[in-house]
Amino acid sequence: MGSFFKGAVAALLATALFGPISLNSASAAEGVAIPEQHWSFSAPFGSFDNEARQRGLQVYREVCSACHSLDYIAFRNLEALGYSEEQVKALAAQYTIEDGPNDEGDMFERPGKPSDYFPSPFPNAKAAAAANGGAAPPDLSLIAKARPHGPDYIYALLTGYEEPPADFQLMEGLNYNAYFPGHQIAMAAPLSEGAVEFSDGTPATVDQMAHDVTTFLMWTAEPHLDASREMGIKVMLFLVVFCFMLYAVKRKIWHDIH
Amino acid sequence: MSKTNSNPLVRWIDHRLPVFTFLDHELHEYPTPRNLNYWWNFGSLAGIVLVIMIVTGIMLAMQYTAHVDYAFESVERIMRDVNYGWLLRYIHMNGASFFFIVVYIHIFRGLYYGSYKAPRELLWILGVVILLVMMATAFMGYVLPWGQMSFWGAKVITNLFSAIPGIGESIVIWLWGGFTVDNPTLNRFFSLHYLLPFILVAIVVLHLVALHRFGSNNPLGIDAKGPQDKIPFHPYYTIKDAFGLGVFFLFFAWVVFFYPNFFGEPDNYIPANPLSTPAHIVPEWYFLPFYAILRSIPSKLGGVIAMFGAIAILFIVPWLDRSPVRSGKFRSWGFKILFWLLFVDCIILGVVGANPPEGSWLTVGRLATAWYFLHFLLFLPLLSVYEKPKPLPHSISEPVLKGGGSPAGALSQPMEKA
Repeated sequence: MGSFFKGAVAALLATALFGPISLNSASAAEGVAIPEQHWSFSAPFGSFDNEARQRGLQVYREVCSACHSLDYIAFRNLEALGYSEEQVKALAAQYTIEDGPNDEGDMFERPGKPSDYFPSPFPNAKAAAAANGGAAPPDLSLIAKARPHGPDYIYALLTGYEEPPADFQLMEGLNYNAYFPGHQIAMAAPLSEGAVEFSDGTPATVDQMAHDVTTFLMWTAEPHLDASREMGIKVMLFLVVFCFMLYAVKRKIWHDIH
Repeated sequence: MSKTNSNPLVRWIDHRLPVFTFLDHELHEYPTPRNLNYWWNFGSLAGIVLVIMIVTGIMLAMQYTAHVDYAFESVERIMRDVNYGWLLRYIHMNGASFFFIVVYIHIFRGLYYGSYKAPRELLWILGVVILLVMMATAFMGYVLPWGQMSFWGAKVITNLFSAIPGIGESIVIWLWGGFTVDNPTLNRFFSLHYLLPFILVAIVVLHLVALHRFGSNNPLGIDAKGPQDKIPFHPYYTIKDAFGLGVFFLFFAWVVFFYPNFFGEPDNYIPANPLSTPAHIVPEWYFLPFYAILRSIPSKLGGVIAMFGAIAILFIVPWLDRSPVRSGKFRSWGFKILFWLLFVDCIILGVVGANPPEGSWLTVGRLATAWYFLHFLLFLPLLSVYEKPKPLPHSISEPVLKGGGSPAGALSQPMEKA
């Protein structure tokens, strides 16, 4: 037993040396290190920063939504960002939604309702690709979970536009980005100083907007993150106490055996 | 107990259908070696994880749509709109990983303590069958969310069968139900993914029947000499297993609630796109060692044979290891070193499997693959013939009771206190 236990520890140490490589192999192969950012939700017990999320929604609506859809988010979901039912209704009504067919068989347009989803900027993927040099801009609902390093990568990408190195051959119509795999990205730098005006007076620097929209996109990707962690803390506390109790009972029951 | 049960209804039923006697016999009185350490918890843990997987799986199936146009969306709907759908899905998704962790520990425990040796060969073989069915189930389950890795993983793995000479291509088309991985493939994978866990339950029952024939092996690897070597399963091992389960849940809950995507690939949050191949197609982590073996052989057919051979070889381990001594505790230092080298070798294979098969990764992968097979086919058989085992204790209770001062057990001390 003793040697088995010691062996296990030794082997686990060996695992610890190799483990991190195995789980991040794909991104390691790309060769660019993604700097780690501080997020309100980074720590296991962290939660979403509500103001950042609201500002991020604004950045999405005023900048990203020109090209990127947000298919899995309905206006009603925005109540989770701290908006009232009335505010959500008013926000939804600013959008025009195609509905139908009606009794005459025609499609018609109407103002959005909370139950509607964010409308796509393009009627279909082909149209999106045609309008964007052949590649459709990805839907953003899950983007924060769909890339290695998630939020850190999105922030890095949004702030990673720079002049290409002198010897870099940049293809026509593409832009240089320090963090995009291959460095040539079709999307032009989306954020510029003052691109939006935040109602809470926060200066709209590129860093700030990138940070806020990333927080918003982490929420669209993992809308129940806060609920999950709240429940998780309770479950962990319960389990710790429960384990101590079980261990005490075990000791008691086994007392006469030992 | 049932015969004398105070409840007349219980006695009435038991007289006609002796279920109470059966349960009493197999779960209560069932004589178990008194010296099992915590490594023996992982069998019952695996059984409980299987139940968790079946329960969450049935509930997920109530909301899931097995169609290429809706599968991804229906999973997202579960994650967003179904009450506690995120919890069900994350338990199920991470449950698969934890199932493999628990089962792999269970297998390595068996390898160290010689639990596969006579008279438990069939018990071990049934265990390997369980591993195979588990792998098939997990593979098909991973396809269901219809993300990029689902699709491309399915494509790569099903394509392996094309390596079979002559009929390979036809078999692949037959498996797909078409000329590529498409809706018929998704539908049959869903159907089989729902079916196989119940077959798994049946094999687990057989595994338990075989186990209860001779009872558990134990850390000393010697047979019980009399009643003083054994204790009833309940309450001793029910409480010990319950405590182990609690600790297991601590780890499981930590991942489910705080790092639910730790084991996952980001690419699987991109809907499947047959026109765009991901840069690196990697299977789930628990397949990585086998994936590395597959890719370390230059020929496709050879790779497939080696990969399946890596599991098939486990079937004959009881006959490859010729040592009459079960427990590694009483075997030479050579056995202990070999055992841990095999463990590290599997980890290395896993790391290699996660990386592209080029340059030094390929070399490391080939060496590790060679070591894996040499371990079972050469080192273990030779060692078991030439090694000189240490003297065995006379009975299980002898070292337990002669522990000098703290009789409980010098045996299981380190884990007991952990």
